Amino acid sequence: MHLLAQRVQDTFPVGFVSATEWRGDVSVTVTRDAAHEVARFLHDDPGMDFDYIVHVSSVDWPDDEERFEVVWEFYSIRKRQRIRLKVRVPESDCVVDSLTDIWKGADFMEREVYDMMGIRFRNHPDLRRILMPDDYTEGYPLRKDFPLRGKGWRDTFDFLDEIPR
Amino acid sequence: MAFEDQRTTVYKVDPEHPESETLPTLRTEELLLNMGPQHPSTHGVLKVILELEGERLVKSTPVMGYLHRGVEKLAEEGTYHQFIPHTDRLDYVCAMYNNFAYCRAVEKLMNLQVPERAEYLRTIVAEIQRIIGHQFWLGTQALDIGAMTVFFYCFRDREILLDWFDELCGARLTTSWYRIGGVERDLTPSLLGKLKQFLDYFPPKIDEYIVFLEKNRIWVARTKGVGVISAEDAVSFGLSGPTLRGSGVDYDLRKYEPYSAYPKCEFSVPVGKNGDTYDRYWIRVMEMYESVKIIRQCLEQMQEGPIMADVPSVTLPPKERVFTNLEAMIQQFKLFSQGFNAPPGEIYCGTEAHKGELGFHIVSTGGGKPYRLKIRAPSFIHMGAFDYMSRGYMIADAITLFGTYDIVMGECDR
Repeated sequence: MHLLAQRVQDTFPVGFVSATEWRGDVSVTVTRDAAHEVARFLHDDPGMDFDYIVHVSSVDWPDDEERFEVVWEFYSIRKRQRIRLKVRVPESDCVVDSLTDIWKGADFMEREVYDMMGIRFRNHPDLRRILMPDDYTEGYPLRKDFPLRGKGWRDTFDFLDEIPR
Repeated sequence: MAFEDQRTTVYKVDPEHPESETLPTLRTEELLLNMGPQHPSTHGVLKVILELEGERLVKSTPVMGYLHRGVEKLAEEGTYHQFIPHTDRLDYVCAMYNNFAYCRAVEKLMNLQVPERAEYLRTIVAEIQRIIGHQFWLGTQALDIGAMTVFFYCFRDREILLDWFDELCGARLTTSWYRIGGVERDLTPSLLGKLKQFLDYFPPKIDEYIVFLEKNRIWVARTKGVGVISAEDAVSFGLSGPTLRGSGVDYDLRKYEPYSAYPKCEFSVPVGKNGDTYDRYWIRVMEMYESVKIIRQCLEQMQEGPIMADVPSVTLPPKERVFTNLEAMIQQFKLFSQGFNAPPGEIYCGTEAHKGELGFHIVSTGGGKPYRLKIRAPSFIHMGAFDYMSRGYMIADAITLFGTYDIVMGECDR
């Protein structure tokens, strides 16, 4: 196991779920309850020092019991190291602690995840839709059950058979 | 939009000066102002709701998504090769770098080695694209702020490079020249000659741009000390590229995680210290000189060789062979109809585009299509800091701030 992942496991034996290293990317999966604490540790610990938030992403696994996966990617500018933090949440209760109090940039990134995947972030200062319209009620477009080619709006248009004269 | 009603503050009469009681009560209001989505300085369709106290910005709320086309969803439908033209439309001013960032991400997923000549070609074209991006930025930013002349000079020189792109790949903006595993075609002698000519022609022109702006008191007054952000805040907001380097953080992926032919070139990364709009302008201008340096070194070091990795299961065959050779045609057909078989896994790969770190997070479950593709767009993340950076400045400085991030809405909204 990679040194960084090992340190996370040693510090959070309860919250730690698994860790992988593939193509040089280290990723650590933790439980939802531990996520905020682990993030705080990654940011504050001098050996970790992940001061830079790269992006927040989300993945939908419809067949799994814990359907959604929130992915944070962090970088340490001083230590030049990267880590990916992952959390799984079930569909019935897809809420994750927001990390906006640790990285200011998490604000817009988490709003995008909420907009696209419908995962809510607890303690987020302004959790609204960001790319879709505010009054959009037809679901979350990046979920796998959202049809790739739209919901058939085009079929409902009224077409004229011929141009009235 | 859930906003509070316009608040009304009635100033109390000062007890030390009771004579003012006879004057009519001074009443000030906080004003809500919609800026955009149709505003020439928002560089596309962006709306910002400004809360004003007099002419000061109290709070600004960006409203985005007018150009949202669901590129990330579209990626899930097509094969990896088919997504390359979509990346052109992200940051449509700098299509080459988007192609580059995407191809690098897929190559990391496939663990593909790109031949050396292709790496040099990629670096050369990427740096040309960086020059184009900075020229475009400088011209429009100066135009927004009120310096018109430099716009024409920048666009005159940008035209030369766009024509060069046209000759290289047949398109000026939506280029799609990069391929997974290499590049689409090599430089011709004519292109090489034109490029060398440009490299001699261009550096004096940058001096010219600088003269136009340095001596312009309006430009200096409107950029110095405007949009200041400290290094700590800039890092916390996840800013990248010149926007971050203006605050004195030398974070540049070309140096931090060297890729392509950058480790073989000598160049410096300009860093500012005040974190204001002026420093960010200065960095971008200096980067143009550095780009010229990088291109020169690449042209010197470049050797003859293949321009595409030879992995038939992943990379496309040369176009000439597709029309004459049956196997090559089958290969091309299979790659475009089914795609190549990517191993299951998850990668993130960031590339230093001229706006900042452009990254792709790809989740694969095997098969020819990405399961999930997330784009880390620098414009989007820079907009996250807009409210924080604009507070307390004048209404006209909002325009300066849009410019200083170098936002392009195609990338911001995806």
